[in-house]
Amino acid sequence: MDLRDKPASRPLSPHLQVYRLAFTTVLSGLHRITGLLLTASSVVLVAWLAAAAGGPESYGAIGRVLASWPVRFLLAGTLAVFWYHLFNGIRHLVWDAGFGFDMRAARGSGALVVLFAALAFGATLALTPAWRWLVDGP
Amino acid sequence: MNGARHWRNQRISAVALVPLGAWFVYALLSRPDLAHASIVEWLVDPWQAGLMLLFGWCALWHSAQGIQVVVDDYVPGRLHGRVCLASRLLHGALALILAAAIGVVAMGGGT
Repeated sequence: MDLRDKPASRPLSPHLQVYRLAFTTVLSGLHRITGLLLTASSVVLVAWLAAAAGGPESYGAIGRVLASWPVRFLLAGTLAVFWYHLFNGIRHLVWDAGFGFDMRAARGSGALVVLFAALAFGATLALTPAWRWLVDGP
Repeated sequence: MNGARHWRNQRISAVALVPLGAWFVYALLSRPDLAHASIVEWLVDPWQAGLMLLFGWCALWHSAQGIQVVVDDYVPGRLHGRVCLASRLLHGALALILAAAIGVVAMGGGT
């Protein structure tokens, strides 16, 4: 087909600078960004377990870093990131199974993901020692 | 590795991580405190150590798969292969360190 025959209204590629960001676009980008953040936190998890294997002294050293106030809040943020990626991952699996593709369903499931992630984040902070660890240190 | 296999494996690790990830957060946040003794007490249980290893390996596998997709999207040309290799080596090393660390702690370790 000649290029000139293409309908003018057809979006050619995701020109991120031109299109207004849609809710679903933001969620899609967030899935990738939260995935990268979780990769970074997996390094922290391995380092933490390796320090535990090294004994109380090395464990105490990494614990002091992880319990310091900016890092403590980053770790709480990681909890939020974890829940978002988990629930949005389930949304992706539902799509992979062939459901929920129309715009209304995609927006609705996106809103549900944000809601569930917020609830799970709130619950894991409030119903566990996590809130106390965050405020007072573990 | 062909694309279909990568796609399928990424879904396998994703499905496994839904319960394993929730278990990990639950297990970690239900510790009364995060002192060294508390972590050893937790992972000395072989079931808990086994689940931890399973979760850690699945998470690292899924991480490697996700990084692969991002690298395929954004890293062009000659750099692509090197970054892929670096990511694989890093994830492999992390998986080995993780297993060794859990092993030591599960033996009553590091005390």
